[in-house]
Amino acid sequence: MRSEVIADVTGRPGELQVAPAADPSPQKQKQPVTAGTVIAYVCVVLAAVIFAIPLIYAVFSALKPNDQIFAVPPTLVGEEVRWSNFAEVFRFGPFWTYIGNSFFVAIAGTIVVNVVSTTAGYAFGRLRWRGRDVVFVLFLVTLMVPQEVLVVPMFQLMQWFGWVNTPQALILPFAFTAFGTFLLRQFLRGIPYELEEAARVDGAGPVRSFVSIILPLARSAVAVLTVFTFITFWNSYLWPLIVVNDYGYLGTLPIGLATFAGQFGTRWDLQMAASIISMIPTTILVIVLQKHLVKGIATAGIAGR
Amino acid sequence: MTATEAPAAPPRRAQSRLRRIESRQALGFISPALAGLTVFTIAPVVLSIVMSLFEWPAWGDRSFVGVGNYVELFTSHPDFWPALRNSAIFTVLFVPLNLAVSLTLALLLSPRIKGRAVFRVLFFIPVVTPMVANVLVWKMLLQPNGLFNGISTSAFGIELPSFLSHPQWAMVMVVVMSVWQGMGYNMLIFCAALEQLPESVLEAARLDGATGWRMFARITVPLLSPAIFFTTVMTMITSMQVFVQPQLLTGGGPGNATIPIVMFIYEQAFTFQQMGLAAAAAWILFAIIIALTALQFSAQKRWVHYEV
Repeated sequence: MRSEVIADVTGRPGELQVAPAADPSPQKQKQPVTAGTVIAYVCVVLAAVIFAIPLIYAVFSALKPNDQIFAVPPTLVGEEVRWSNFAEVFRFGPFWTYIGNSFFVAIAGTIVVNVVSTTAGYAFGRLRWRGRDVVFVLFLVTLMVPQEVLVVPMFQLMQWFGWVNTPQALILPFAFTAFGTFLLRQFLRGIPYELEEAARVDGAGPVRSFVSIILPLARSAVAVLTVFTFITFWNSYLWPLIVVNDYGYLGTLPIGLATFAGQFGTRWDLQMAASIISMIPTTILVIVLQKHLVKGIATAGIAGR
Repeated sequence: MTATEAPAAPPRRAQSRLRRIESRQALGFISPALAGLTVFTIAPVVLSIVMSLFEWPAWGDRSFVGVGNYVELFTSHPDFWPALRNSAIFTVLFVPLNLAVSLTLALLLSPRIKGRAVFRVLFFIPVVTPMVANVLVWKMLLQPNGLFNGISTSAFGIELPSFLSHPQWAMVMVVVMSVWQGMGYNMLIFCAALEQLPESVLEAARLDGATGWRMFARITVPLLSPAIFFTTVMTMITSMQVFVQPQLLTGGGPGNATIPIVMFIYEQAFTFQQMGLAAAAAWILFAIIIALTALQFSAQKRWVHYEV
């Protein structure tokens, strides 16, 4: 299982292979239920319940009339279940604009990141050219520069470009991170060269073999990168906060949510409904692509070894 | 380079011609990334160094002050040291708590737990949901008339402190909220690492009679030490960069009790328009992070075991 998982992301089954014995064999799982297992179950369920309280309470609060959220003693369900809170959110501000902007920025950003990372990953991982290793080290070094160092001069650049409050300012500045390039390079290096060689012999150049041979094989790496990038753009807060000044035009969901909370500080019901709405897309993404995400993080973790 | 990567050598002249073509095409493939990186990372880094040496208002005249910004931060700025201190307190509280919770959960979620994928997803949800939404939920819970105090007073008759307006409790709650929000990430890394423990070593330890705590302390933890080292370094870096939780949960307050260094940078640059000062503070933060990371790397020989 594990070795497959790693191979799926890095394409290098050999390098990170795990002894088959690491898999729990079917016979072993049939061992009798021990006290340890019972204790583990109790602890896990207890931890899950404690952990889930804020989430559960948020959902139920979103369905209450506002004056009952802080009722004494606390109740789970208010006197009525107000599904209309979710509709009312959209009447209290340009919430559709926030959602639309968030989707636009996340999707456009993901496309840019994927195009840049696959092409650069291909050049670093599969083509031979002078200075390749030097440029690659340069890429890796930029991974160490924190966002906090960048935002101040980046805002100055945006002013000079005249990009403040434009969509491209939300998408481009943080779409060229070396992380995607690094991920794709590692993955593409693991694809056997013979696969490309046949096409090269038949006269296909790098462009042709990149599009018709390498890209289809890189699907799982692209999937991991897509999920991570989408989530990052969807949730990003600091940069939009800085570079957007007309929230009604370019505000994204986290920004909208923050200003929304500021404006309607007493409407906890609506704030909770809005928060729940903003959590839905990424939560669905995580549930659907759970395995890919776990793989991606596992690889990221292993890369640190 | 692996052997599979080198194609059978064509005749020399053809090879050099192919090389040239390949180099040119490689330049085409690399240019979008290279251009983007130059404009959006290298240029800002250079600009940032320059800005930190100037008095650089967002609009208007700039003047060269040399290391004046750095000197001002260390010697006369009233909010800089408190901000550094707050980031340090946050890191000291957050990193061990986060690692303890995430490692414990990962150990509990062993293969014997059925449905552990569901638990993993649950613990991971706050990691991927907008931080603003997470903070709003906690803000509601921590209100004086919120759920925590509500249950405490109505069930036990105990009045809890006003968490977000108390200097010490505010920081504690920023940490607690952050652990809840972020520990799912480390938990997944530990889960992946645990699944990769070499069964042969575990088996040998079992045959030698290692069980329970001894097994954990003498075998599992040393085997996990590379993963623990990696998560410690990464978590420390991100916790020195904390911004959203205190900004939205407490607004940095009460007073300046929870303003971290990144919020200080943000406020200097975009509230007080002192972009040069903010750039200098960002470089100081970066230097501290690099120093702490280097320290951890030099200390790793003492406790991280790579040989498996």
